[in-house]
Amino acid sequence: MLNLRLYMAQRLSAMVMAPLVLGHIAVMIYAIQGGLSTAEILGRTQGSALWLLFYGSFVVAVSIHAAIGLRVIVHETLGLRGRWLEIFTWGTGIVLLLMGARAVAAVTML
Amino acid sequence: MSENTKTMEVSVWRGDENGGAFETFKVPALGSQTVLDVVTWIQQSADPTLTYRYACRVGMCGSCAMMVNGEPRWTCRTHVSRVLDGDRLEIAPLRNLPVIKDLAADMDPFFDKWVKAGGVHRPSRTRDEPIQQVNPEAPARVEANKGIECINCSVCYAACDTVAGNQDYLGPAALQRAWTLYNDEKVQDRGAILDAVSGPGGCLNCHTQGSCTRYCPNELDPLSAIAGLKRAVATSFFKRSA
Amino acid sequence: MKIKPHRKHPLWLAYILHRMSGLGLALFLPAHFYVLAMAVSRPQSLDYFLSFAANPLVKVAEFGLVFLLAIHFFGGLRLLALEFLPWSARQKTLAAASVAGAFLVSGSFLLRAV
Repeated sequence: MLNLRLYMAQRLSAMVMAPLVLGHIAVMIYAIQGGLSTAEILGRTQGSALWLLFYGSFVVAVSIHAAIGLRVIVHETLGLRGRWLEIFTWGTGIVLLLMGARAVAAVTML
Repeated sequence: MSENTKTMEVSVWRGDENGGAFETFKVPALGSQTVLDVVTWIQQSADPTLTYRYACRVGMCGSCAMMVNGEPRWTCRTHVSRVLDGDRLEIAPLRNLPVIKDLAADMDPFFDKWVKAGGVHRPSRTRDEPIQQVNPEAPARVEANKGIECINCSVCYAACDTVAGNQDYLGPAALQRAWTLYNDEKVQDRGAILDAVSGPGGCLNCHTQGSCTRYCPNELDPLSAIAGLKRAVATSFFKRSA
Repeated sequence: MKIKPHRKHPLWLAYILHRMSGLGLALFLPAHFYVLAMAVSRPQSLDYFLSFAANPLVKVAEFGLVFLLAIHFFGGLRLLALEFLPWSARQKTLAAASVAGAFLVSGSFLLRAV
């Protein structure tokens, strides 16, 4: 159900995310002080190539990671297998990637 | 049974592949009694139609494993005093395997996967060549030795929730066997071993729950063996793609 | 819910924590992305949402999310260490340390947030 390629994709995306998660938590702790507003978020992130790179790679990695993780759960608890399992994995990954890309674009691009 | 003999309430699974139910027996409690003794008492003194499996009675053959109070045990070496819950004992066939009848589980899937994981010795020399010398202190041999006392009792297989959720998963025993072969210098084609254990049912599906190591009656450590296989497979991924 | 006897040990607990936190995060992600995407399409709605998120009850839910993230993060590090580093006898200690670390990180988030 997990072959070598999926396993490595899962582990490598995890390794990519390890520093990103720490960064994300740090930003959250910093950003929530004094409340959140759209202007404040955009003021920090808009037009910044660095934030685009940071959250862009985060979205790519998390889409891969979550799609494979959900694939395992769906297979082991709901018994989904074969073609439908492939469709589920790819579908989840692509939907997350598109939604994530839209969110990153919304907060970083002018 | 005399009036003042202490007894236990023993629930025993009765049924076949179509299902069944627990049946309760009163069994006299004796000193140094094993769970297998209890099952044997029921079969000989209460209900001769009870089906179960055993052979050596000394923890060598691996045929008498059952679920005892919900946990997989080798029944011939499990003392009742260690697992008794009040005065109750619940004995069922091994989990994760089909039931033939009563307490006898069908071990075929377990052994089929053993073969699937490449658990067969493929000699690298013929009988005409001299015997290969193996240094017992070599690190790989030491690693292999940790796993060779497996008695194929399927306790780890019954304890594993990954086996329960993924019917293709080869299971701890078969994967540990592959790890001992991988570390056996008499085996030449290591790539073939890694291929056999890196497929959709292979070692990469292990979730590190560690029930295999916790329940192994011979105190082996399939969890670490599988982790070793994962490392070997991951390393081969980089080597092959490089 | 009664936990089956063969599951009552630290490594199984670590496994189920990792699975449930991962599932929770995966389900949260689409909502997270959806709300952030409002920044461009409907900034008023996002501001309305953010003022709603300043509510103490929502703060507790946020604490939960950061807690999930921290649990999954440390649990993941534990797995990576176990799978890619050649030691394993200290897993139990690591599993315990993971949870402790998760409490530390999410706790500091809560302290700063309140």
